[in-house]
Amino acid sequence: MHQGSIFSVLGVFSLLSILAVGGGTAVLPEMKKEAVVDHQWMNQTEFRDAYSIGQIAPGPNMMMVILIGYKVAGIPGGLVAFGAFFFPCALIAWGTSRIWDHFERNPWRLSVQRGMAPMVVGLMIAGIIAIGRTAIIGFETIVLAVVVFAALYFGGKRANPALLILGGAIAGWVFMR
Amino acid sequence: MSKSKPQKLTAYGTISAPESVEDSVHSTQLLRDKHVPVLEIFWTFLIIGATSFGGGVVAYLRSYLVQRKEWLDEEQFFAALEISQALPGLNATNMAVIVGDRLRGPVGAIAGFLGMCIPGATLVFILGIVYASNAHNANINAALKGVGAASVGLLSAVTLQIGHKQMEHLLDISIVVITIYLVSFLKVSLVVVLLTVGPIAIFLYRPRPSQEIVAGNRGTDRRPAD
Repeated sequence: MHQGSIFSVLGVFSLLSILAVGGGTAVLPEMKKEAVVDHQWMNQTEFRDAYSIGQIAPGPNMMMVILIGYKVAGIPGGLVAFGAFFFPCALIAWGTSRIWDHFERNPWRLSVQRGMAPMVVGLMIAGIIAIGRTAIIGFETIVLAVVVFAALYFGGKRANPALLILGGAIAGWVFMR
Repeated sequence: MSKSKPQKLTAYGTISAPESVEDSVHSTQLLRDKHVPVLEIFWTFLIIGATSFGGGVVAYLRSYLVQRKEWLDEEQFFAALEISQALPGLNATNMAVIVGDRLRGPVGAIAGFLGMCIPGATLVFILGIVYASNAHNANINAALKGVGAASVGLLSAVTLQIGHKQMEHLLDISIVVITIYLVSFLKVSLVVVLLTVGPIAIFLYRPRPSQEIVAGNRGTDRRPAD
């Protein structure tokens, strides 16, 4: 069952941390590949459930890494996954923000921003596809995803994302048992 | 001194680059001079970390850091957000580290980071333990199935709101499509994608004489075609 050791959790999530250009959604495909295919720490459904539980929690939205680590090696595994995923990028942010001002006038900074923006959007969509492949299973899930999308996209600020996630849980409980 | 233009801020914040901050070195020093207590930094980010549900963390950050606490003005906020978005990691933790550091140095950065993470991490741990001991509970599985489907809708809306600017120009659309194709269908590893698509995309938007004028014109988020 648990083929991975706590060290491979450390390795996988440290690497994902420094690769997380464009935030958490962008690394979802790679995370899913590592956790489900390469290391077989969990199956597709468990990965989707971990993602869903992460969505329920407030704050940074990739707390699901804790659940993957927990599955592999209990509470120490969860702590290692959390530290490995959140600490390296935090250190990079800390260091870079201190030297950032030196690049203020560099014309390449604009090029980096302009070039990276569409790649990040591409990575985010790839992340949605990765989650969608496990979360969109059957008619009810399609309807639910479309309703939430429409409410947020067309409802603007009146739509509360947290309430929609809660609504998703209730809808799932009522219609998908 | 220039006032920052109003940014289009969705419930999830904005990815658009802010205007460059001319006196950011100076203003960073000003942030230190505010002598914000470390405990207040921790407490503020703890509240943000505990209340920012559904991925709307940038809007919460702005509300607290700019409006309620007045630690940063709009320009400083968007300058910090610009760094957060350009670097690996989540905006939420990057912002906590950068703002904490600018207010109180490394100790402030740690305080901001821990405050931001502790509520969500604790809740996920608790939920994870509950889930692990009820792995075959039909009610829990059904509810999570619903959350997963709702999340796909939520992510799609957020991504489209952030990304609609990237859907207007052929070059941008090409980069978006190629990236999706490589990751989702060819299953190319993320390292390879970042190291190939990234440099090529940056090169395609390399500084050109005409662009520099635009950039110098304080329109950092304006592409020449606009």
